[in-house]
Amino acid sequence: MKQQATIATASAAVTALVLSACAPGSGGDDETGAVATPQAVQTDPAKMGAVTLTVWDQEVRGGGNAQFTQQIAAFEKKYPNITIKRVSRSFDDLTKTLRLGLSSKDAPDIVQANNTRSQMGQFVKAKQLIPLDPWMKAYGWDKRYPASVRSVVSYSPDAKTFGSGNLYGLPQVGEVVGIYVNKSKLTSLGLQPPKDWAAFESSLATAKAKGQTPLVLGNLDKWPAVHLFGVVQGQYVKPDQIRALGFGNAGASWTTPENTKAASTLVSWVDKGYLNKGFNGQGYDPAWQSFTKGQGLYLIAGTWLQADISKAMGSGVEFMLPPPAQAGGTTYTTGASGQPFAITSKAKNPDAAAAFINFITTPEAMRTIAATENLPVVDTADQKAPNPLGQQVFSAFDKTTTTNGLLPYLDWATPTMSDTIGAALQDMLAQKATPEQTLSRLQKDYAAFTSQG
Amino acid sequence: MSVTSRARRSAPPGEPRTIGWLYAAPALLVYGAFLLYPLIRAAQISLYDWDGLTVGTWAGLDNYRQVAQDDGLRSAFGHALVLMVFFAGVPLVLGLALAAVLNRAKVRGLAFFRTVVFLPQVIAMVVVAVAWRRIYAPDGSLNDLLSAVGLGDLGRAWLGDYALALPAVGLIGTWFETGLVTVLMLAGMGRVDRQLYEAARLDGAGPVREFFAITLPAVRGEISVALTLTVIAALKTFDLVYVTTKGGPGNETSVPSYEVYHQAFEVGAVGLACAIGVTLTVVIFAISFVITRLVERGDA
Repeated sequence: MKQQATIATASAAVTALVLSACAPGSGGDDETGAVATPQAVQTDPAKMGAVTLTVWDQEVRGGGNAQFTQQIAAFEKKYPNITIKRVSRSFDDLTKTLRLGLSSKDAPDIVQANNTRSQMGQFVKAKQLIPLDPWMKAYGWDKRYPASVRSVVSYSPDAKTFGSGNLYGLPQVGEVVGIYVNKSKLTSLGLQPPKDWAAFESSLATAKAKGQTPLVLGNLDKWPAVHLFGVVQGQYVKPDQIRALGFGNAGASWTTPENTKAASTLVSWVDKGYLNKGFNGQGYDPAWQSFTKGQGLYLIAGTWLQADISKAMGSGVEFMLPPPAQAGGTTYTTGASGQPFAITSKAKNPDAAAAFINFITTPEAMRTIAATENLPVVDTADQKAPNPLGQQVFSAFDKTTTTNGLLPYLDWATPTMSDTIGAALQDMLAQKATPEQTLSRLQKDYAAFTSQG
Repeated sequence: MSVTSRARRSAPPGEPRTIGWLYAAPALLVYGAFLLYPLIRAAQISLYDWDGLTVGTWAGLDNYRQVAQDDGLRSAFGHALVLMVFFAGVPLVLGLALAAVLNRAKVRGLAFFRTVVFLPQVIAMVVVAVAWRRIYAPDGSLNDLLSAVGLGDLGRAWLGDYALALPAVGLIGTWFETGLVTVLMLAGMGRVDRQLYEAARLDGAGPVREFFAITLPAVRGEISVALTLTVIAALKTFDLVYVTTKGGPGNETSVPSYEVYHQAFEVGAVGLACAIGVTLTVVIFAISFVITRLVERGDA
């Protein structure tokens, strides 16, 4: 009897607990956190009194850490009334903790949030970031940053449109996917650096015929093939189509003849043996490392590898943008900003936060960024790179941003696209799926998301 | 003499029960706060459509329906079952054989060999995974070894091969768990009365007969423990898949625990992730229950 009573009491308690717990996410604080845009923006940090800003960043790698440490020290020296409390985590760790961090009561003031719909998009939708437009006008960020860079950090207030609308973050560094060329290999094959796409493809054939691996890819981690596909897609598909697909905005389609052409071109490269054997089982890092050790003529990869590759190969390597269809034409290629800095809606002093973001993106800050072997996102061509490869990277990035040739990462489109496109391209390159099947798989993901309206 | 004092004196130790609860209370509180409450909360969230940021909307059993119907998620559970063979089945057979040999042969320096087979258990799974990723790489040691013995044609990118990626991941588990099973079995066999073996030998039993007639029944309890541990390890595999393949090639090696992480932290489908987690918990409960019932039956 007694035991039964205990069990009954316990289960009643459990039931009560479940019933009393409200819907997840409604945890106490009001959800009307849509911060009203402050009327007057204050731009003189010296007059803001004692402020402590908590910054969550992912600048943990050599160059990134060096520049960010210098910037913070310079800022605190100039404005002793403002203290920066820095919390650094690796990119992966920040991705995992940001969601909880932003919804907690003690949220940071400034965070580095990935541009993607699965991160920044969702934070904007949940009204956890504030639009930076008032400060953009006050500080002239719209003149400092070209349109193509501002677009990758812009969302509509409901996050339905990506690529335009309000400004939600400012990046410090840029990224662009291009081609690393093994110079001595190119010379020994009797080739010139290709000036147009046809010459590029024929150089792949020449390398293969002479027993070399034309292209190095390490696709074990799934995402590297997305960058390879992005480069080929830039050749065959109209840029505004790719932007709609990459931003996850309605109005485009994956299952078009142009996309099919791009996908089947890539498959034909596999057929012709242009890629290293076993690329789906090769890790990303071992792949580019084998390129620096002399395997392969080309490596299609992003500028983020520049410092490491330069260190390993010195003057034996060159960086170029994917050659355009006609020599001298515009190159369209995947690229973006690095992780933008955004202000949270729980920031206690948004003016001070904006002042800090302004400080780390001034032309002077860009010089520090360049000097510490990073790729500054604005005024890139004017900066002095620490080595010749860096200078090529700088001018390549400057060229794409000023000609509006930057295309968004394809996995930004929907919260699930990263996984969908990674697995789909792995299947396609392993010839487990045809280009048509692959594209309709991407279309399904894209359409399911855009139809939510 | 009052009624109450007589009752107290005649009651068995631990009575009245309320006092017993008092003793257990600290442990129960900790258990409730850190295990039961999160479990109940996860079960609750699994009934919502929630992105982890905004207010969730009631979804009923939709998330569970998706777990049952989505091909990718269903095959993730299928892959976990395959991994069970590699994590639990093969190590059990290998461990029993190794332990029987080590136990019977009275090997000199038994402690040394025991340590060697147990060594993988000491290494963190992430380190194991990083090391094996190098071994399986197209230019890794496994392919080098194959070409050294003239089998270079068999070489391939193991973790990128659609047919072999899952077994390749599973073999890492076999390598990892065999030591644990062996040591458990050795402990069990050490308890067996030597006289039983002598009697069997007098009756003319060979080593194989001895093993099946005496050793195997004697370590029934250890087998149950080993199976429970390794099967749970197989079902909750996450780090191994995360580091070696990220679920690839395609989705050939994705497993439920990886999907929980992926849905919750990468996609932002926290409700669905909780539903997968709860389903996985139920599956683990059911399988452990079956193992205990089957292996320990008649042991009492």
